[in-house]
Amino acid sequence: MSDNSTELLHQVATSEYKYGFVTDIESEKAAIGLSEDTVRFISAKKNEPEWLLEWRLKAYRHFVSLMELGETPDWAHLRIPEIDFQAISYYSAPKKKPEYESLNEVDPELLNTFKRLGIPVQEQERLVGIVVDVVMDSVSVTTTFNAELDKNGIIFCSFGEAVQKHPELIKKYLGRVVPYTDNFYAALNSAVFSDGSFCYIPKGVRCPVELSTYFRINESGTGQFERTLIVVEDGSYVSYLEGCTAPQRDENQLHAAVVEIIAMDDAEVKYSTIQNWYPGNADGVGGIFNFVTKRGICEGNRSKISWTQLETGSSITWKYPSCILKGDDSVGEFYSVAFTKGRQQADTGTKMIHLGKNTSSTIISKGISAGNSQNAYRGLVRMTAGAENGRNFSQCDSMLLGDRCGAHTYPYLEILNPSAKVEHEATTSKVGEDQIFYCKQRGISEIDAIKLIVNGFCKEILAQLPMEFAVEARNLLAIELEGSVG
Amino acid sequence: MLEIQNLHVSIEEDGTEILKGLNLKVGKGEVHAIMGPNGSGKSTLASVLAGKDGYEITAGSVIFDGADLLEMEADLRAREGLFLAFQYPIELPGVSMANFLKQAVTSVREHQGKETLSAGDLLKLMKEKAALVHLDPSLKSRSVNEGFSGGEKKRNEIFQLAMLDPKFAILDETDSGLDIDALRIVADGVNSLRSPSRSFLVITHYQRLLDYIVPDFVHVLMNGRIVMTGGKELALELEEKGYDWIKDETALLA
Repeated sequence: MSDNSTELLHQVATSEYKYGFVTDIESEKAAIGLSEDTVRFISAKKNEPEWLLEWRLKAYRHFVSLMELGETPDWAHLRIPEIDFQAISYYSAPKKKPEYESLNEVDPELLNTFKRLGIPVQEQERLVGIVVDVVMDSVSVTTTFNAELDKNGIIFCSFGEAVQKHPELIKKYLGRVVPYTDNFYAALNSAVFSDGSFCYIPKGVRCPVELSTYFRINESGTGQFERTLIVVEDGSYVSYLEGCTAPQRDENQLHAAVVEIIAMDDAEVKYSTIQNWYPGNADGVGGIFNFVTKRGICEGNRSKISWTQLETGSSITWKYPSCILKGDDSVGEFYSVAFTKGRQQADTGTKMIHLGKNTSSTIISKGISAGNSQNAYRGLVRMTAGAENGRNFSQCDSMLLGDRCGAHTYPYLEILNPSAKVEHEATTSKVGEDQIFYCKQRGISEIDAIKLIVNGFCKEILAQLPMEFAVEARNLLAIELEGSVG
Repeated sequence: MLEIQNLHVSIEEDGTEILKGLNLKVGKGEVHAIMGPNGSGKSTLASVLAGKDGYEITAGSVIFDGADLLEMEADLRAREGLFLAFQYPIELPGVSMANFLKQAVTSVREHQGKETLSAGDLLKLMKEKAALVHLDPSLKSRSVNEGFSGGEKKRNEIFQLAMLDPKFAILDETDSGLDIDALRIVADGVNSLRSPSRSFLVITHYQRLLDYIVPDFVHVLMNGRIVMTGGKELALELEEKGYDWIKDETALLA
């Protein structure tokens, strides 16, 4: 790279986070620290039934035993500073717990926040018909379009509300795909999860709108422990969108979410994410630790779960949206773009666990690293003994912007059935000086050339996103690349 | 239009001097051919004029339409109306021709104070110009140069030339790797783009291309310098005798 290109890439890689601001809404916080009392406090605050409290407490005890054994996950290609779990406040809810008839009653501060994020809630409602369940800090603030959903028997509400209104469903499915014993952060989440979303699509219903939830951390020093549960019955379909931007912070914030998806016979779930949590400043100070457990089970025959993600934020990302392909002929997909810059670290990928016959999975992962960042793909494909005729195709491409960043690929293949077929392709490329020169020779500026090339690289993934989300995704990538020039 | 004086250029990496005092003057609307043996510095000249990194200009000047060309970044040179048809066109996976040309045409036109083309007008223009070099209009949704055959890549360069409407176009060995039919298509495309307001610098190893694109002047580049200049008949002479006789003659002069 020429000095010029290197300098520009450096500027790109250190560009400031554009969504750094704090909304001034009073909130109610739990006392700092983690104990059985904290768990009881959260459960009581949310007026939960006894069985759920018991479940939380079991999770808490499991978490404590892992802590005592020193079993924090350390296998990823990440350097995670020691987290003081006693220095975190585990519950925060906006003080004015609102129940709105219309958005006009919503705290104007909040609406303003969304405006600055470029998410005009009203516009979205009217023009796009997206149902937005806005999670601000930990408690659901608005849920809209419920009438339309009700008509189809669809349940889409905050997790807390679901616990009150549909306890039988929660009791049946909570922890089914991600038990609290699954891993360290899943245990923590299960003990202290504050809120999240619940989605239930009854038999034979194609959800008429894309369900969308915007998560947002807004309270200094507050951990965010979301819990999402999606259950799709026989022959049903839902497309679920999750997007996040977080305000600028000086201290690290822990985000340990759990998402569980259950797809019955012939059901299909499309789960799309744009993740743009605060990544920390140019020196790597501050920023979100994003330690997420996302997993879906294709419980029924011919069911399908598809994960699409654009990961641009967080100082550390540790995330492997996975599929358990239990039903025969079920399908799992994972499409990912992970962009890291500055001192961001990402270790992300998927697990495709083939149990049923004729199951197939596709993995396409694109990692883009800039600045001093480290970007790893880690993926497991397991063909169990019963996975007759299992198929997998994996493609992992990495692109480097500059020469101070790293890209890594860790594929794990476990094939226990001789009829299974697994293909894996991996490439690493540098944004070529030749490519940039070619664009410049056509009058395109260097930064626009980099944007074009990176967008081209990600094209097949972004094309998987629902239309309006794809536009947001491209904008986000462009902003991320723009840097201080542009 | 273009005046090169005493141009000395070395490779940045190892300091090897490639151009050793090159002089060349190209007037408005003229077509100049540069011929020379392998390693004489032809492609270096094209790259340096287009503003590619990796070269050090140790002496000399290049004035382009009254301005100091060497002071400009590559993208500015392009916007000022200098075009290079690449010998080896670069692939841009996932970047559609339509998107690529939209950005290129928009930035060039904006710089030249021309009004921005609407998406519809741009597509119309693409269709029209693609026809010049017999490219299928479906090319607009293909990734830039990806999966293009050798001939398509070269035709695509001339197509882009037509789209960007430059004042000065450099064709760097545009004939290499083309069969006779493809060569004719490319040459016809170029000839249709000749005009009193556009100059061409045609770099080639073989005389063959010049049967179709007839130059006003032919220069022989050897060992980093223009050692001989003549009319179109010089090309034929070179074809017949090779380059060695010039070597001998210039050795005599030196």
